Amino acid sequence: MDYFIELFCSGLTRGSIYALIALGYTMVYGIIGLINFAHGEIYMIGAFTSFIVATVLSIYGFPLAAIVVVAGVAAAIWSSAYGYTVEKIAYKPLRHAPRLAPLISAIGMSILLQNYVLLAQTSDFLPFPELIPEFAFMEPIAHIIGSSDIVILLTTTVVMLALTFLIKFTRIGKAMRATAQDRTMALLVGINVDRVISATFIIGSALAAIGGLLIASHIGQINFAIGFIAGIKAFTAAVLGGIGSIPGAVLGSLILGLTESFATGYISSDYEDVFAFSLLVLILIFKPSGLLGKAETKKV
Amino acid sequence: MITVKEVKKSLLVSLWFVFLTFPLMVIKVNPYERTVSWRWSNMLYVAIGTFVISLLAKAWFVRKERRMARQQDSCRSRTPIIQKILQRPGYRYPLAAFLLGAALAFPQLFSTYQANIMTTALMYIVLGLGLNIVVGVAGLLDLGYVAFYAVGAYSYALLNLHFGMGFWTVLPIGGLLAALFGVLLGFPVLRLRGDYLAIVTLGFGEIIRLILENWNAFSKGPSGISNISRPGFFGMEMSLDQAMIYMYYLMIGLLLVTIFVVNRLQDSRLGRAWLALREDEIACQAMGIDKTRTKLIAFSLGAFWAGLIGVIFAAKTTFVNPASFTFMESAIILSIVVLGGMGSIVGVILGALILVLLPEYLRALSEYRMLAFGAILVAMMIFKPEGLIAGVRRVYCYQGRKRNTALKNDE
Amino acid sequence: MMNKLILEVSGLTMDFGGIRALDRLDLDVRSKEIVALIGPNGAGKTTFFNCLTGIYLPSNGDIRLVSPQTGKESRLNGLKPNKITEKGVARTFQNIRLFSQMTVLENVMIGRHCRTSSLILGAIFRGRKTRKEEQETIDKSYEILEKVGLAEQANEFASNLSYGAQRRLEIGRALATEPFLLLLDEPAAGMNPQETADLVSLILQIRDEDHAILLIEHDMKLVMTLSDRIFVMDYGEKIAQGTPAEIRVNRAVIKAYLGEDVESDNA
Repeated sequence: MDYFIELFCSGLTRGSIYALIALGYTMVYGIIGLINFAHGEIYMIGAFTSFIVATVLSIYGFPLAAIVVVAGVAAAIWSSAYGYTVEKIAYKPLRHAPRLAPLISAIGMSILLQNYVLLAQTSDFLPFPELIPEFAFMEPIAHIIGSSDIVILLTTTVVMLALTFLIKFTRIGKAMRATAQDRTMALLVGINVDRVISATFIIGSALAAIGGLLIASHIGQINFAIGFIAGIKAFTAAVLGGIGSIPGAVLGSLILGLTESFATGYISSDYEDVFAFSLLVLILIFKPSGLLGKAETKKV
Repeated sequence: MITVKEVKKSLLVSLWFVFLTFPLMVIKVNPYERTVSWRWSNMLYVAIGTFVISLLAKAWFVRKERRMARQQDSCRSRTPIIQKILQRPGYRYPLAAFLLGAALAFPQLFSTYQANIMTTALMYIVLGLGLNIVVGVAGLLDLGYVAFYAVGAYSYALLNLHFGMGFWTVLPIGGLLAALFGVLLGFPVLRLRGDYLAIVTLGFGEIIRLILENWNAFSKGPSGISNISRPGFFGMEMSLDQAMIYMYYLMIGLLLVTIFVVNRLQDSRLGRAWLALREDEIACQAMGIDKTRTKLIAFSLGAFWAGLIGVIFAAKTTFVNPASFTFMESAIILSIVVLGGMGSIVGVILGALILVLLPEYLRALSEYRMLAFGAILVAMMIFKPEGLIAGVRRVYCYQGRKRNTALKNDE
Repeated sequence: MMNKLILEVSGLTMDFGGIRALDRLDLDVRSKEIVALIGPNGAGKTTFFNCLTGIYLPSNGDIRLVSPQTGKESRLNGLKPNKITEKGVARTFQNIRLFSQMTVLENVMIGRHCRTSSLILGAIFRGRKTRKEEQETIDKSYEILEKVGLAEQANEFASNLSYGAQRRLEIGRALATEPFLLLLDEPAAGMNPQETADLVSLILQIRDEDHAILLIEHDMKLVMTLSDRIFVMDYGEKIAQGTPAEIRVNRAVIKAYLGEDVESDNA
């Protein structure tokens, strides 16, 4: 039974990190109808930035609390800046091009960013500094759920609530929902659509950066290639929940996290990634609109 | 041509990139020795590099706008010089004959090592031409193309290992097996929208690779299969050099066949239907085109070619392992098609030669190979989506009612 | 004049979620007839075309097609769009959907797709049968282009044509599929008077060549001169049907087009 609970908890942790990345996919898709292939790379850059900042600070002897805060903020800032720049360079000029064009451009961006980090830093796996200490009060249940799991779950919950608030009640949130429904109409009622799109990329990237920081400190190592797999998995989660739907992304991520956790725990860990990919292929074939998504009607 | 305002803007862009690249380009930490190195010189390179690129991009857009304006005045489209040469049959055949002669003489003039590199380039040309049917002509973004390549390679490796089957027997089998995989995958997924198709094929490619990596009993896992026989030539014994040169001529032969077939396919009822599908699926269906079937044919034909080259790859290197079939391989082939020009045979050939030979000969650049591929995909979409050499539409002539015959110009 | 029945629609209903776009619609078309479908914007006319051509799957009702040549009867519900085209129904689109990166001639040649059969091997080896088929495709396509007055521009890109010419090319492309029933979705939209006049004579010529025509149109002058019969729709329902003369004086129609005020003014 303990094993089951352990797997359940680690599944939830995985799922909540997928959710942080999946939200970026789903938000961008909702607004401009593009699969942002480079999103996984934005997450990787977030992890790398927090790695660099945290390591530098720890070498210079800063206290742990300061390191965590500064690394988190830096990751969010730089990831957002990358997300913003990627949109301006690779997607904005192609907003009226045939559908294949921004998709190819996105794949190009993904490859570009991956290799940029590879060349600027290294291809080796790097040890990520331990940012989340083992809490003393967690001792009795430490064998089923670790401290970092708890921190991850709490952080994700807070971030989700903040995002919900932002989208439901703020001006930019309302503008985002309006643009997602009908871009032309949003433009006509005076919404600055370019700014809304930029905001979407910035918010999505910041979420991914937080995800990057959390997972890097959870797993304990990073590498330039982590964005690719994480990106595809988060995308799977977004599609599973129904791409374009924010609650869908969270639901899909949790389901994916739990599925992976149980499948690797009870079946085999060799095929961990195969489960996710197969799930993706199956959903797209049998229910492309996902669990909470709307089916698309063709306009003729 | 470039105003002060634009220079100022470019300076801002450059400043932004200095900020953007600061943590990754400037700081480098060594977590084991706990040291930090500050690489300030990189900041300077970034500043200068982005400033120049930004100015060039601006200048390009200005020029493009002017050209558009001119074109509207004169109502004539400008065709690039290469295209003009290609369109004239008078130049075309001598040029083709010259190229073929040069290709045939190549191994005699240069070393076997060079011929070997050329063989690789030729393989990428054929892979590009195969993917071109799928992406360039039919507009189906297939990101898992490498999976079919792997199917071909592994079918030769395994059939050779277990049953001792020879290259020439397996060549068609590998192609057909890959095509079969194409049909099996294509049947359910080709109904999907373009971007979903891209993701599913990407996922499929990864699944195939992961299975090859983990199913040790079947594929010998990450260590791969070695000692695969080279292709035979009527039972002749060949030295390594001879075998490589033989491989080269074999690829030239396959390339010629491929060009012939792809050219004929593009210029046929099927080819027209693919082009039309790329543009508007609903209109196509309303014109009586069976969407799924037509796509499936394109998809499996592309897979067939990947399978053929897979077999050749296994025979050339005499060794296969899953590491040769990563997503990056698909990305390289896609870059070839995009750079060369979607739907254009000459374009794909040129694209493959540039992308395979440049990093091969400029060793210093080979480190930046993948970076460049990514940049090419983005830059081509923004600046020149039709590629280096755009596909040319055929002109058909009809000689009036009396003689119900028509003369055809070639492309 | 009682021609053979070729299309009979009965009780056709189409729901989108909670919205009923078509409500138990009945309609029939006979051979060599020009039938117009009119109604205010949003009445469901294009939805009706989409149901007819298999782009939407109707929620309820029956669509029967009878070939005037063979007398064979078939039910269109649930058939794929390309099958319906094969059975002899072709259409044009309200918002022009040409293949803009292909030449004018190639656009028409695409229309011949479902009347030809060569596939991979035919394309590669180009045997006698394939060559003959290709030649026929080219010739027939040219003839159609002459009919719609675009033979001169055969080798230009479709996107370079003027608006009126693009509409005519759409008709030509539809004709290439050899339909006996041609559906035209607002063929005169955006045309100038000269272009409209040319269009009228083109439509009449097509009718005389044994095609039945069902058209959606807002240009009332065109509808009244061309049509043998008119169906009027509003909010997904059929509110009237009859000859142009009957429709002209129909109260329900006037009400739908001009609103309640006219009704009370007259009263």
